[in-house]
Amino acid sequence: MVTHDAAHDQHAQAPSGWLRAYVFSVDHKVIGLQYLMTSMLFLLAGFGLMLLMRWQLAFPGQPIPIIGKLLSPSLAPNGVMTGEFYNALGAMHGTIMVFLGIVPLAVGAFGNYVLPLQIGAPDMAFPRLNMMSYWLYLPGGLLMLSSFILPGGAAQSGWTSYPPLSIINPGQTVWLLAMVIIITSSLLGAINFLVTTLNMRARGMSLWRMPVFVWAQLVTSVLLLLAFPPLEAAAVLQFMDRVAGTSFYIPSDLVVLGLRHRASGGGQPLLWQHLFWFLAHPEVYVLVLPPMGIVAEIMAANTRKPLHGYKTIVLGMISVGVMSFVVWAHHMFISGMSPILSNFFLVTTMIISVPSVAILTCLIYSLRGGSIRFTTPMLFALAFLPMFGIGGLTGLPLGLTATDIYLHDTYYVIGHFHYVVVTGSIIGLMAGVYHWFPKWFGRKMDDRLGRIHFWGTLLSMNGVFFPMFIMGMAGVSRRLWDPTAQAHNLTTQHLNVVSTASAYLLLLFQAPFIYNFFHSIFKGQKSEENPWQATTLEWACPSPPPHGNFEKPPCVYREPYDYSPRGCERDYIPQNVEAA
Amino acid sequence: MNSNYSMGLPIAASTFAKDIDFGLKLIHVAMLVIFVLWGIFFAYLLVRYRRREGVAAQREDDHGLFSTSLIPDIVVLIFEIALISLYAIPVWSRIKIHSPKSQESNQVALVAEQFAWNVHYPGPDGKFGRRSPDLVHFSNPIGLDRDDPAAQDDVVGANELHLPLGKTTLIHLSSKDVIHSFFVPEFRLKQDAVPGLTIPVWVEPNRVGHYEITCAQLCGFAHSLMRGEVFVENPEEYQGWLKAQAAQAPEPAKAPSTW
Ligand code: HEM
Ligand SMILES: [Cu+2]
Ligand SMILES: [Cu+2]
Repeated sequence: MVTHDAAHDQHAQAPSGWLRAYVFSVDHKVIGLQYLMTSMLFLLAGFGLMLLMRWQLAFPGQPIPIIGKLLSPSLAPNGVMTGEFYNALGAMHGTIMVFLGIVPLAVGAFGNYVLPLQIGAPDMAFPRLNMMSYWLYLPGGLLMLSSFILPGGAAQSGWTSYPPLSIINPGQTVWLLAMVIIITSSLLGAINFLVTTLNMRARGMSLWRMPVFVWAQLVTSVLLLLAFPPLEAAAVLQFMDRVAGTSFYIPSDLVVLGLRHRASGGGQPLLWQHLFWFLAHPEVYVLVLPPMGIVAEIMAANTRKPLHGYKTIVLGMISVGVMSFVVWAHHMFISGMSPILSNFFLVTTMIISVPSVAILTCLIYSLRGGSIRFTTPMLFALAFLPMFGIGGLTGLPLGLTATDIYLHDTYYVIGHFHYVVVTGSIIGLMAGVYHWFPKWFGRKMDDRLGRIHFWGTLLSMNGVFFPMFIMGMAGVSRRLWDPTAQAHNLTTQHLNVVSTASAYLLLLFQAPFIYNFFHSIFKGQKSEENPWQATTLEWACPSPPPHGNFEKPPCVYREPYDYSPRGCERDYIPQNVEAA
Repeated sequence: MNSNYSMGLPIAASTFAKDIDFGLKLIHVAMLVIFVLWGIFFAYLLVRYRRREGVAAQREDDHGLFSTSLIPDIVVLIFEIALISLYAIPVWSRIKIHSPKSQESNQVALVAEQFAWNVHYPGPDGKFGRRSPDLVHFSNPIGLDRDDPAAQDDVVGANELHLPLGKTTLIHLSSKDVIHSFFVPEFRLKQDAVPGLTIPVWVEPNRVGHYEITCAQLCGFAHSLMRGEVFVENPEEYQGWLKAQAAQAPEPAKAPSTW
């Protein structure tokens, strides 16, 4: 590891050669942009898979237009997708969105690019390790995607991969291998972020002067570091069950399709669920904490006043992080786990909502007394609050054991967590793209297109996910290849059409964003160093920052959000400015 | 059966369904109130504090950790403590923790498999015959040992569950292959069936009718087609049905020696 000043000298020289500069770069900014592009492509891929599924959900048994003809007859004979293919799309949608889309975008892209700048560091603590994270992520992701064309096909046991189904279904081996690679990549990243945040801060950047986004990344790294190893171990065990004939998760006396299963038996299907959710619940907070941090940054800059309750927000994030390790079995209330144990997880689940409410309250209170600029990133940040609020509120009947008996595994759950990760996380991440774009590329994105993108996205997202609450209340289960096969689903089937139409609309409204993004990289209006008049350190270096980031190591003199200080002409004082 | 369903909750057909509905309604009303109140406050803030020429942001003093922003939290906390202690734990305990004793209730075993619900009644003697995975065969999907005296009067079927009205039925839920989930929307009853475990589930139907069983846990390519039906009948009718079935029970079938 390098100390702060030594790192500065070492990095003063930009690397020469195209390959070292853009492909195998160790510069956190290049790696951040690599993560940005790759994860957005994966998001689009995961969305594409879902668009296929949405057709089947709205019009079960009808051939998929255009694309149906291009699919292999084994996946979609006459253009109608099979149950196997539906399940494969579903499992891959979930996996890709969570592990290859949002986490790499939130942590790999935003964390990598913005965090070192915000703490005034010239780079990450371990630049080569950083490069290795990306170069594990990309092949891991490609391996995951390639399973669609490999002999066994893609995994089709859900992103949760519950055994014994996942042991007897095809496609799962490649899923497990890819997961091990992706998890390793995340673990390396987490160590790097942790060390960077703790050791590479600029002089004067005490912990309580760190921007909320840095705190969010710090808590996220700890979650990844502690939660992923159990899943990695669990995945290796499942891999062994499939290829080496072990029976960690397979009980004795299994009879599959009329035949005695050859496994030795003696294993426990529920063991996997405990190990899986021990990761996957903290994972939910990995998906939301960084976007929350982004929203906080943008709100401070666009209300022109300090955040309300900076310390409450930070302590809230820390307690959410800690608590997230003791709520996992709320996903297992009706799994066959001891119903007495459920009471414990019921209580912890209700407790974790307290710091979450505190954070959201502080963010809303931050508007009070402000002078709110409705810039494009601010619109996204503001939308995050009520939308994430719906996600949080609808968690209540799922966290309460009694009502979860009915709602578990219905579309209510799908609605709930998509409000959290789509209208929450994705909206927050979009806000971040608009906010930091000028820093990344030295140009601004177009505001008019940004507004079209914002309103279109917000509306169609609600059109996709709100009907799911109603369907869930009517008892429609998730993961149904043909919802119309069940009588109780018929009364709400037309909502599937609404949801599907909105999903296609959502795709349409990403067009202005994609155009805006690429057009602005080359032709956007030139932006100065600090276009938002913001206070945090990333705005104190050129846009885009040169190799090594700061001309000389910055020094920090004040709290992160010194907006509208009393008796000062300017309405902000950057962190690195000593006197008003 | 289709008249059981609407855009809202299906009709309620078990004794505990109304308790679950009560919770669902209460929570959703509370959620709506919270969301609307917050929404109004949020909209007010956005309008009131929008940027205007010559009006600077008013910086508040730092309230430290315990600011007024914790008031909503305290309200939420109290509401949640009340929900946990007065609602969730009592209802959950009644439905999931305190299973009725097998001697005192009507009994049936449900054995899930890809993609069917096998039903096994103990018959008039009230005793389940022995089941063994070695005996599973096309013609004997649950592997019932017809040589076992207790099995002589057992009734075995698939995808049709008959239940007596107003009596507690104890369901012994298990699975032969992968995890399934027994879900009857009208009963508000859901429970995973896990291979290797036999999980007790109970229900007291309080409405004569014809309801749907579906599988709520992904169990393979035909998961959505894995469904069955529940017939809730008056006790006399139910007994008559059971007797008729027992009379038709097949001769003790010997297991094939190898397969
Ligand atoms: C933006 C567009 C999106 C749409 C229209 C969408 C839609 C859906 C739908 C309809 C399902 C249920 C499928 C079924 O039950 O068969 C589903 C499942 C799921 N989605 Fe999404 N989703 C979107 C984005 C995301 C994102 C961003 C994430 C990630 C964090 C995500 C994570 C998941 C997961 C984990 C599942 C469960 C998969 C499983 O059953 O194994 N989705 N999605
Ligand atoms: Cu959870
Ligand atoms: Cu099933």
